[in-house]
Amino acid sequence: MKLDSKIPDGPLAEKWSRHKFNLKLVNPANKRKYDVIVVGTGLAGAAAAASLGELGYNVKAFCFQDSPRRAHSIAAQGGINAAKNYRNDGDSVYRLFYDTVKGGDYRAREANVYRLAEVSVNIIDQCVAQGVPFAREYGGLLDNRSFGGAQVSRTFYARGQTGQQLLLGAYSALSRMVDEGKVKMYARTEMLDLVVIDGHARGIVTRDLVTGAIETHSAHAVLLCTGGYGNVFYLSTNAQGSNVTAAWRAHKKGAFFGNPCFTQIHPTCIPVTGDHQSKLTLMSESLRNDGRVWVPKAAGDKRHPSEIPENERDYFLERKYPSFGNLVPRDVASRNAKEMCDEGRGVGQSGLAVYLDFADSIKRLGENAVRAKYGNLFDMYHQITGENPYKEPMRIYPAVHYTMGGLWVDYNLMTTIPGLYALGEANFSDHGANRLGASALMQGLADGYFVIPYTIGDYLATICPKPVDTTHPEFAAAKKRVEDRIQTLLSIKGTKTVTEYHRELGKIMWEYCGMARNEEGLKKALEMIRSLKADFWKNVNVLGTNEELNQQLERAGRVADFIELGELMVIDALNRDESCGGHFREEFQTEEGEAKRNDTDFCYVAAWEYTGENQPEVLHKEELKFENVKLTQRSYK
Amino acid sequence: MNLTLKVWRQKDASSAGKMVTYPAQNISPDMSFLEMIDVVNEGLVKKGEEPIAFDHDCREGICGMCSMFINGRPHGPKQGITTCQLHMRSFKDGDTISIEPWRAKAFPVVKDLVVDRSAFDRIIQAGGYVSVNTGVTIDANAIPIAKDIADEAFDAATCIGCGACVAACKNASAMLFLSAKVSQLALLPQGQVERDKRVERMIDQMEDEGFGSCTNTGACSAECPKEIGQHHIARLNREFITAKISSSNK
Repeated sequence: MKLDSKIPDGPLAEKWSRHKFNLKLVNPANKRKYDVIVVGTGLAGAAAAASLGELGYNVKAFCFQDSPRRAHSIAAQGGINAAKNYRNDGDSVYRLFYDTVKGGDYRAREANVYRLAEVSVNIIDQCVAQGVPFAREYGGLLDNRSFGGAQVSRTFYARGQTGQQLLLGAYSALSRMVDEGKVKMYARTEMLDLVVIDGHARGIVTRDLVTGAIETHSAHAVLLCTGGYGNVFYLSTNAQGSNVTAAWRAHKKGAFFGNPCFTQIHPTCIPVTGDHQSKLTLMSESLRNDGRVWVPKAAGDKRHPSEIPENERDYFLERKYPSFGNLVPRDVASRNAKEMCDEGRGVGQSGLAVYLDFADSIKRLGENAVRAKYGNLFDMYHQITGENPYKEPMRIYPAVHYTMGGLWVDYNLMTTIPGLYALGEANFSDHGANRLGASALMQGLADGYFVIPYTIGDYLATICPKPVDTTHPEFAAAKKRVEDRIQTLLSIKGTKTVTEYHRELGKIMWEYCGMARNEEGLKKALEMIRSLKADFWKNVNVLGTNEELNQQLERAGRVADFIELGELMVIDALNRDESCGGHFREEFQTEEGEAKRNDTDFCYVAAWEYTGENQPEVLHKEELKFENVKLTQRSYK
Repeated sequence: MNLTLKVWRQKDASSAGKMVTYPAQNISPDMSFLEMIDVVNEGLVKKGEEPIAFDHDCREGICGMCSMFINGRPHGPKQGITTCQLHMRSFKDGDTISIEPWRAKAFPVVKDLVVDRSAFDRIIQAGGYVSVNTGVTIDANAIPIAKDIADEAFDAATCIGCGACVAACKNASAMLFLSAKVSQLALLPQGQVERDKRVERMIDQMEDEGFGSCTNTGACSAECPKEIGQHHIARLNREFITAKISSSNK
């Protein structure tokens, strides 16, 4: 199968407009005859479900939480980028496009990124119209702040709760469509398989998480808006329920998986305190606007930070990257923090942390001004650590946060299975090898509000609007496969808990496929994951039955899929003999220790095809063509 | 730390429940309350006993999913946080801790500590939005909003829909939840067109769901993890009365 990205012809700035005109339309009277399934109700899913409902399609939306309002988009703190140029500081659609392509270390598609930048301005308009309470200035107009990887202020925010406010906006639009009967909402329902008939996505198999009922749902198109797979690392900033199952099941049905090894390690998270830890908490990147990152100059310096004089501190980001300073992109900041800790200059009990210090800002702006900007973040830090960040510097360390990889999609957001789409973090498309801060919210909403409502019609218009035949044997077969898998999980009755397997997988992934990777370690990880998988299916212990609310069973299925995904991530990382963005292969670095790309051999998207149980995945390459930006060594000095 | 937990166990919505006692041993003060339950649950699974079911997701105080009634208080003894943000350093070695689900007629128990809060979704569906379709909007800065008004709307909009207000209220009233949304949209220019219809429909829905009436005890605000103030209920009442007067004049 040849990958066709369907990038439209024409100059960059005109591609999307031209494409919109060329896309086929569905007659307004026919729209209600098409059923669309949306899985996941985060920014991408809620925005898509609401927008498609408004257009007149019949939408069924699914989420595993008890309410669509709880999807993990809600936890995004810092903000959302948009090329409004309200600051008059030289921003433009082209600059946002350029920063995003460069920030992604030249491993994203130019056309997709340009479209993202183009519709970013509409997103802000849409959200404000919904009543999203963005931060404002005294004149009543919208406020902005700066984020990493950019030299303009283009980030719109709502205190440290931007994701919450944007999600509640999308949720309110979704609720309105539920009220109007255009969207039927299924909460506490998890997708466990995809139904593919004659090569087209025609439905899903779900489990009702309260009763255990396994059901099938048919549709003319299926949208996966199921987020990222950071929980493959066990510890991440993701929610406990965030999982890869829907995407992975689709992958096993024929959807290619793009760049699985591209994961983002966020530099500013609260460090791990012990083995009991279930998740890591992020401290918004916006803190790097006013906080200064440092470690002691001398290795092993265990003095209290207040006892370390100015001249014995190393503000390493300011020293190494004078023009961007503390606002370098996330991959650069994370790698540098790790480097400091590897040199023995890490702080705190574990030595796995660096300081993020607000003393200078408090001196300059006053405590009240700092509180107004970051109050909720400081409170959160205080709650978790028991330390007061107004009085002593925060201790931070990188943690898994976001996955740039995901299901491969074309320009229309369609996967390699016709009729199956992937939106938001679930797809691979816009962030290349590293995502810039405040760009995830932008992409989720762009895909859901402004891309899929146009592109889905192009597919639906080619298929007949008569109802999908649910008596087709594939529906029953898919349901049977899901039931059998659940029965297998329940019947193993081994000695190890699901959590133990998950934790073990996480340790392997973090150690060998985390912030730094090398061939030897990756090969070792491959063996370890394979034997972990074999052991899981022999020795996992899942109590209870299917016909009840069974949180162990839910988790078991997700961890089983994470193990398989972990293996593919390692294979992808091994294949990519270069360093780029968040993928840092120790063998490939510049003399100064920065990521060294290999544009001759690796300027492509790695799209992996599943070929069967215990068969090797097959690599397909989508060459990336850069017609507008020049590939250079990324520099933030 | 070693603690004794008394936990509500209930097989499903139709079964009777009871308090069951479990020891929680070797608990670190750095653990969050939910991580402490994780440890207890791992122990139960190892012994072949069914773990305690509880709702949780983001574990950073924003998704609103966790919902434990700890020692008689929603989200436990501390002010302004959710259960997942409560850390064991807030307890003492040897403490006995009681853990129950939210108790309200409109929030039936699903299992153990898990309750059904879909009534909240239905209240929002009855009008907790601005009816604006995707794409048909004006430039964001064409709607200037005074900073203090925007800030107050934001304070209301921080509601995470956890239901602590209902659990704290002796009448199981949902007025604080409702007022948070009504207040946010009543303050903003975008919410004006549907102002009257919104409040009337949402109040009707709340009553249909079986929530109790508000008697202004203020327990809701006191226990709200986002510290949403009681004055929003005052605004809700004013909105409701104004809407009723104007609709009876029509």
